Amino acid sequence: MPRSSPLHRAALVCASAAALAGCDGIQSALAPAGRDAERIAELFTVMSIGAAVIWTAVVGLTLWVSRFHTKAQPERYANALILGGGVVFPIVVLTALLFYGLAPLPHLLALPPPGQLTVAVTGEQWWWRVRYQPPGGPAFELANEIRVPVGERIELQLSASDVIHSFWVPSLAGKLDMVPGRVNRIAIEPTRTGTFRGACAEYCGASHSFMNFFVVVMERGAFDDWMRAEREDARPPADPVAQRGQTAFLANGCGACHTVRGTPADGTVGPDLTHLGRRISLAAGTASNTPGDLQRWIAATDRMKPGVHMPAFNMLNGAELAPLAAYLSGLR
Amino acid sequence: MKPADVEPLPEAPPAAIRRAQEARLIATWEAQKGWRYWSAVNNTEVGRWYIAGALIFFLYGGLLALMMRTQLAFPGQEILPPDLYNQVFTMHGSVMMFLFAVPIFEAVSILILPQMLGARDLPFPRLSAYGFWCYVIGGVFVCGSLLFGAAPAGGWFMYPPLTTTYQPGIGADIWLLGLSFIEVSSLAAAVELIVGVLKCRPPGMRINLIPLYAWYILVVAGMILFAFPPLIAGDILLELERSLHWPFFDPSKGGDPLLWQHLFWIFGHPEVYIIFLPSIALVAMIVPTFARRPIVGYSWIVLAAVGTGFLSFGLWVHHMYTAGLPGITLGFFSAASLAVAIPTGVQIFCFIATLMAGPVTRSVPLLYVFGGFATFVLGGLTGVMVAVAPFDFQAHDTYFVVAHLHSVLIGGTVFPLVAGLYYFYPMATGKLLSERLGRIAFWPLFVGFNLTFVPMHVTGLRGMPRRVATYPEGIGFDMLNLLSTIGAVILAAGFAIVVWDVIRPKGKQPHAKRNPWNAGTLEWLAEMPNKPWGVRSVPEIDSRYPLWDQAHIIRDVDEGRFYLPDAEERKRETLVTTPIDAVPVQCLRVPGDSFLPMIAAIFTGGLFIFATFYWYVAAAVSGVLAVGVILYWLWIGSARIPEKPEKDVGLGLTLPLYASGPASVGWWAMLITMLGDLTAFVGLVFGYFFYWTIREEFPPADAPDLRPWWPVVSAALFLASWLLTIGARGWNRGGRRILFHGSLGFAALLAIGGSAALVWSLREAGLDPEAHAYAAIVWTLVIWVALHAAAGVLMQLYCMARAAAGYLTPAHDIDIVNVALYWHFATATALVTVAVIAGFPAVRG
Repeated sequence: MPRSSPLHRAALVCASAAALAGCDGIQSALAPAGRDAERIAELFTVMSIGAAVIWTAVVGLTLWVSRFHTKAQPERYANALILGGGVVFPIVVLTALLFYGLAPLPHLLALPPPGQLTVAVTGEQWWWRVRYQPPGGPAFELANEIRVPVGERIELQLSASDVIHSFWVPSLAGKLDMVPGRVNRIAIEPTRTGTFRGACAEYCGASHSFMNFFVVVMERGAFDDWMRAEREDARPPADPVAQRGQTAFLANGCGACHTVRGTPADGTVGPDLTHLGRRISLAAGTASNTPGDLQRWIAATDRMKPGVHMPAFNMLNGAELAPLAAYLSGLR
Repeated sequence: MKPADVEPLPEAPPAAIRRAQEARLIATWEAQKGWRYWSAVNNTEVGRWYIAGALIFFLYGGLLALMMRTQLAFPGQEILPPDLYNQVFTMHGSVMMFLFAVPIFEAVSILILPQMLGARDLPFPRLSAYGFWCYVIGGVFVCGSLLFGAAPAGGWFMYPPLTTTYQPGIGADIWLLGLSFIEVSSLAAAVELIVGVLKCRPPGMRINLIPLYAWYILVVAGMILFAFPPLIAGDILLELERSLHWPFFDPSKGGDPLLWQHLFWIFGHPEVYIIFLPSIALVAMIVPTFARRPIVGYSWIVLAAVGTGFLSFGLWVHHMYTAGLPGITLGFFSAASLAVAIPTGVQIFCFIATLMAGPVTRSVPLLYVFGGFATFVLGGLTGVMVAVAPFDFQAHDTYFVVAHLHSVLIGGTVFPLVAGLYYFYPMATGKLLSERLGRIAFWPLFVGFNLTFVPMHVTGLRGMPRRVATYPEGIGFDMLNLLSTIGAVILAAGFAIVVWDVIRPKGKQPHAKRNPWNAGTLEWLAEMPNKPWGVRSVPEIDSRYPLWDQAHIIRDVDEGRFYLPDAEERKRETLVTTPIDAVPVQCLRVPGDSFLPMIAAIFTGGLFIFATFYWYVAAAVSGVLAVGVILYWLWIGSARIPEKPEKDVGLGLTLPLYASGPASVGWWAMLITMLGDLTAFVGLVFGYFFYWTIREEFPPADAPDLRPWWPVVSAALFLASWLLTIGARGWNRGGRRILFHGSLGFAALLAIGGSAALVWSLREAGLDPEAHAYAAIVWTLVIWVALHAAAGVLMQLYCMARAAAGYLTPAHDIDIVNVALYWHFATATALVTVAVIAGFPAVRG
């Protein structure tokens, strides 16, 4: 078993995501791809220009009065400076900033009207349970990946099953905490298609660094196709290797924790694997979704993700692992 | 009434008398030699140890920071595996906050405040020593845990439920108990410093003449008094949930994780100002010295400092903008958070105005003040940005905030501290630090800081969250992190130069000249090197800058022409004055060197440290021993009846040697301590009503009914105990000894009965604290009352013993007066508890 650095894997995940979109900036609040992120980026630009001007003025003034202008000035001027610079100027600027800065707040907190698609996302140590609740249709579950149609405002219902996590896709919107015992609601409204990376922004334990996910923004038509396919049960494996993999999957008790719809595996502790093969990453953005990585993950889970709740199935030999990976990769 | 202006003696006493006085003063104040040196309690010794300790913890915290920067230099490194990395960042934050930033303020203040106020010591030297030893023991324990891989890993903010059920090791207990222990020592120092500023000033130094540093101390110590207790209340709840499974933060049993966040940040935000204001206080002393003129806008600064202190308690929710709170809350706290920038701006502009109004002299301390300005203003401006809730939605918990807070804390605290180090070093040791090394060190510090932290603003907005042990390659973090690591190394090199300057041997270097910076405030009366007496005679003050404005003051002080020029009885004495007008009211004898504070600290440490390992028997034994040692220490060291009622302190002034009630320092200390204690209690009551605000039904419908009968009986018993204690105070004054003993004894029994009735009411109702947060918080309130009653009973018995031994007499009644003061608060605590646990559900129906 070769040493497999988790981050080496993560880089691969990024590389595969890069095939879909440029990698640099897939997680950046400075390259917004959603209405909310755009409003905040604009706020940032205005505030940083203001801050730069004020910083230069204050520091310049300090140096000027003390280094280049060492002659004592009348106290009258000094008092005027305190009143003007320390009281009047900040009150004016801060009042203006309060109105300008809070102006986006109603939009940022606004939720779409009820009766539309909502997605419930639950933070768990250290992955994301994603449950689609389309209006009228049956709900279905996946993990560590969210797909949404471009140009529509979608409500996300955030909660946590164990500790506090925080849901953050910088490209699309600000973050919102996932607190056990509460449901927090946030909306995202993507303005362009692409793949964006999300992260857990609240320290949540050993593998906080390895709790990421992807949001794929698609055209409405492509999204509908994806959702239709995602709703379906898993198709039985066709080739004999994958069939052996399915047998191993069921024989080793994987179904106690994982669900593969359409099979006896109906565990709910871990991620739903019904269409695992279609996902961008493994183990919440920790590894790329290839049969090789799948084998490495199953055989040594805590090597990639310290403290992970899924035990390492290191008793499986290559003869079992390879078909298992083939079966899971084939769940498309 | 404005006191008359007092002039020093027109003639110096004859040289022979002066030499004899000096010999007696030295013999009285000198620290002991050999191993007994460590029994010192005088502020000069304790202050120096305290500063050295805080700086060592600072270097330790800095080393942890370098470890993190090394791990993050490149993507995907495994130098520090996540488990260790999490311990390291938790310890970095906790050490810097609790073992460096707050203690360094207390350490510096213990060293320089008495000198600034022309006092020979602080009013409770043994309390300072006790606080110091608690700090060292607790600090070494907490820091040492990292060597065993058992350090806390919950972040310095310790959010449950991660830190309850999900971290079963002892790391979180070490954090909760070890740091609570240190918080106790912070509170002790706060009490000491408040009383020091209010009561131990030189005659004539009215409240509008005190050095700005002392104003800041007053504000900051007051903030500690009201900010730390909510955290201690939170620590108690979290530790109870960890060790006894009382579900305060467990939503499945009626608790809520957000309660911790509120309690933590009600502490945590003022904490930022607790750290930053004392350093601004240093700047407020340094700037006038090098502007060669009094500060411009003294009243503005005082007003601004007080205003910052108040406002800082109304901002805590800006640490919780992303917790899912309603929009109205976000708007309100955004406005409050922006408002706090105004008093901060006022202070900055007062300094700029002073520099403008004076002929500025260049110096190393001023250089660091400028470096601090540039850095702090940057941090202040990014602080304004994150105060705006919508922007914080992105910036929160990212490297943007890391950059912001380090700009504030390094610019606002560390740079001014280095300035203060260069400025005050000669006062503490008699020698100057190297001007050349100071200038050389400045550039790596300044450049290193900016290279480390300025890129982090971008790192954060490019999407890098805080507290990640590593990051993937190629998503925009690589180059920025490498720059930050290079900057950190440069920054560390700058600190290494400063450290070298401090520790390099200075045997051959001549002593600095007296008042080396030509400053105007009293601490520069210090001789080089300073004598153990601190100030040769205590001057009469009528200016904010006496060394500039009062002619011959150094000569008059040195020649013993002012107050207390002698130690005839070989007792350590200092003046006590009134809080506003500084009229002398008492000649206070402060206790001398003793190992008791150290021993008491060791046993107090045992209580907390054994409890960490769940060795409750050992902890209890250690706690009882600590109480015993403290009682013994009070018995032999406090409220001694002097051999004569009053004493001539010089210049025709005769002052009593014993004082009781508000004239005494002990009464003020009790009052201030109890205000802090009441704040912790309010924190617990806040918890009760917090549940009520978030739960539709609170108390929950299925909770057992608490019948009001026993709580009402309890309230009556506590009231009676209180009245009898007050009665005992009066009967003692009237010399009615039997009534005194009878009433106190009966009061003690009633207090025990009151506690029993409260506990019984919960037992009778069958309230199970493990079942629901409601029952848990009610039990906590009741136990809080019972513990206070137990302490109160101990005090009542102590007074009876003191009276029997002849230490408490009708004329010398400070013990019973202070105990009665304690009972005002204890009774209020009991009555509020009854009203909350029995009255509130009844009113709710």
